[in-house]
Amino acid sequence: MTQSSFITPAQQAESDAKLAAAKAQTDADARRRRLQLLSPSVLLIGIFGLFPLTITLIYSFLSPGSYGGVTWEFSTNAYVQFLFEADIFDDTLSFSTTYLSIFSRSIGLALVATVGALIIGFPTAYFIASKRPEQRNFWLFLITLPFWTNLLIRTYAILLIIRDEGIINLGLMGVGITDKPIGILYTDFAVFMGLIYSYLPFMVLPLYASLEKLDFRLVEAAYDLYASRFQVLRHIIIPMAKPGIVAGCILVFIPGLGAYITPELLGGGKDLMIGNLIALQFGGSRNWPFGSAAALILMVVVMLSLIVYVRHAGKGGASHG
Amino acid sequence: MKPNKTNIAAILAAAVAMAGPAWAEGELNIYNWGNYTSPEMIERFEAKYDIEVNLDGYDSNETMLAKVREGNTGYDIVVPSDSTVAIMIEQNLLEEVKPNEMENFKNMDPKWVDVYWDPGRNYSVPWQWGTTAFTVDTAVYSGDIHTLALMFDPPEELKGRINMLNDMPEVINAGLRYKGFDRCNSNKEELREVTELLINAKQYWRTMDYATIEKLTSGDVDLSQNWNGAAMRARAQRPTLQYAYPKEGFTGWMDNAAVLKGAPNMENAKLFMNFIMEPENAALISNFARYANGIIGSEEFMDADMISAPEIVMPADAPTPDFVRPCAQEVTDLYNRIWTKVKE
Repeated sequence: MTQSSFITPAQQAESDAKLAAAKAQTDADARRRRLQLLSPSVLLIGIFGLFPLTITLIYSFLSPGSYGGVTWEFSTNAYVQFLFEADIFDDTLSFSTTYLSIFSRSIGLALVATVGALIIGFPTAYFIASKRPEQRNFWLFLITLPFWTNLLIRTYAILLIIRDEGIINLGLMGVGITDKPIGILYTDFAVFMGLIYSYLPFMVLPLYASLEKLDFRLVEAAYDLYASRFQVLRHIIIPMAKPGIVAGCILVFIPGLGAYITPELLGGGKDLMIGNLIALQFGGSRNWPFGSAAALILMVVVMLSLIVYVRHAGKGGASHG
Repeated sequence: MKPNKTNIAAILAAAVAMAGPAWAEGELNIYNWGNYTSPEMIERFEAKYDIEVNLDGYDSNETMLAKVREGNTGYDIVVPSDSTVAIMIEQNLLEEVKPNEMENFKNMDPKWVDVYWDPGRNYSVPWQWGTTAFTVDTAVYSGDIHTLALMFDPPEELKGRINMLNDMPEVINAGLRYKGFDRCNSNKEELREVTELLINAKQYWRTMDYATIEKLTSGDVDLSQNWNGAAMRARAQRPTLQYAYPKEGFTGWMDNAAVLKGAPNMENAKLFMNFIMEPENAALISNFARYANGIIGSEEFMDADMISAPEIVMPADAPTPDFVRPCAQEVTDLYNRIWTKVKE
């Protein structure tokens, strides 16, 4: 009996199994390749993101060591301290607004800076997007130009411009508008200006990316249907630019919230911001657990507001879509 | 893939080998405050002993302490301030190199030998010492400047024109001195008074910043809490500035060279400790950093303008500088809360 001319069920099963095995093999290969390709970024996130974060989390539940560092004693004091404070003078534990007010001042300033950057950034991005494609690169190049210089140096340059004997005040006094320098530097307004200046490109670039894809025929169509300028902006342009607005606001708000250099240099260092408060705990205050806890609380606040914001924005986008 | 991995490993290994102490015999690694080490003095040391010196900088005792505590820094010499020396000895971070048995120890001014942070000098030698008080522009304010009242209860012309150091102990200690209370204070009633004093005075302060020279010379402020050497550098650019010796008292401090426990270049480190006690070398440090050094005979080699500088030569009727010991953790905790309240 020759078995070469036809295939027995057993052979069929065997070949099926081989095929399946081969397919599984390719699947496994693909999976492995994917993992291999992913591994650098996973490793990077693990080593430089999760690992330090874990340390921060652990430290926030320990007790401060004398003269800095931590001692391995479990304690939730760092978190209690954030909201409640034993009165310095009579030791009763009471609700404390000290840290909350530092947080709310920082959040407020970051919010105002975000809105300011949006108001300045939106027309800028629209202007660039409405240019002919070959001209756009030039304008984008101008937007990214400040990144060629270190943030510290740029902030310092602002300081030189707005200080009492800086260009603005000398100019104002020279023309005779004022006879005494107006104090711009070392105020919240100076910090606000510095934040807008530092993070404006982060607002313009994502806005541009959205607006660039805008089909201007839709705008024309709207005008043809007797839409007013405001209606066009509200019902056509802003909804289409929404992803850019969301991304831009996030990119400005988050670094603005944790800003350290700008409030330190332009704010005069009199009032603490979150970044400076956290830095202080690892320096002169010698309270690493509290510094860790404050950093984590900041992160949670940012993440929660992000989730709420993105969800809300996503819904808004869908209803317009 | 594989050969690549090997290559990378090989390159990494080579890099590690190169970064490591390949020429350890002729090396010395110094970890000092930034902009504080005379390059001329380092060159002399390198030439004399044929040792290559590597210099790294820090900006606060806390930064240095945090790094050193982690261990394996590779540094041999650090330059902690007085109270930090005491902390580091207590925490067993310094090597007992016995500078008091070294050849040049005879040059050390006896008043710097039995200091609280290293009695008898078993661990450290003086680097630079100075005072922390404040600088005023006498063209703006012409009254008596030698009182802390100018910072806490300023006359009209100085209101809003004041920079304080962004430094918890210095600001709180100044408040304690103004009120006549003890340093490292845990008396709650007294601390309450100081807290109220600081919160009230804050309205008169424009900034709280370490960059005192720049604040004064740019005209941002007319009074700044200041170190004497910085005061001298500021005066060079704004001649009407004067360094005050407040009658209520002011801080004295000394930075000291010390050798880290288990320093990789121990013998070279000892050579260096002895080297900076030589008057000519101590003078080079002073000429660069603009502070006094605590080595007898160094005046001979110092710049002429330093020897007569009012920031260095204290008037006869000035109070003795107050060297503040490290405070207990309990006191630091109280200070922290006062500080955060003031800066809320």
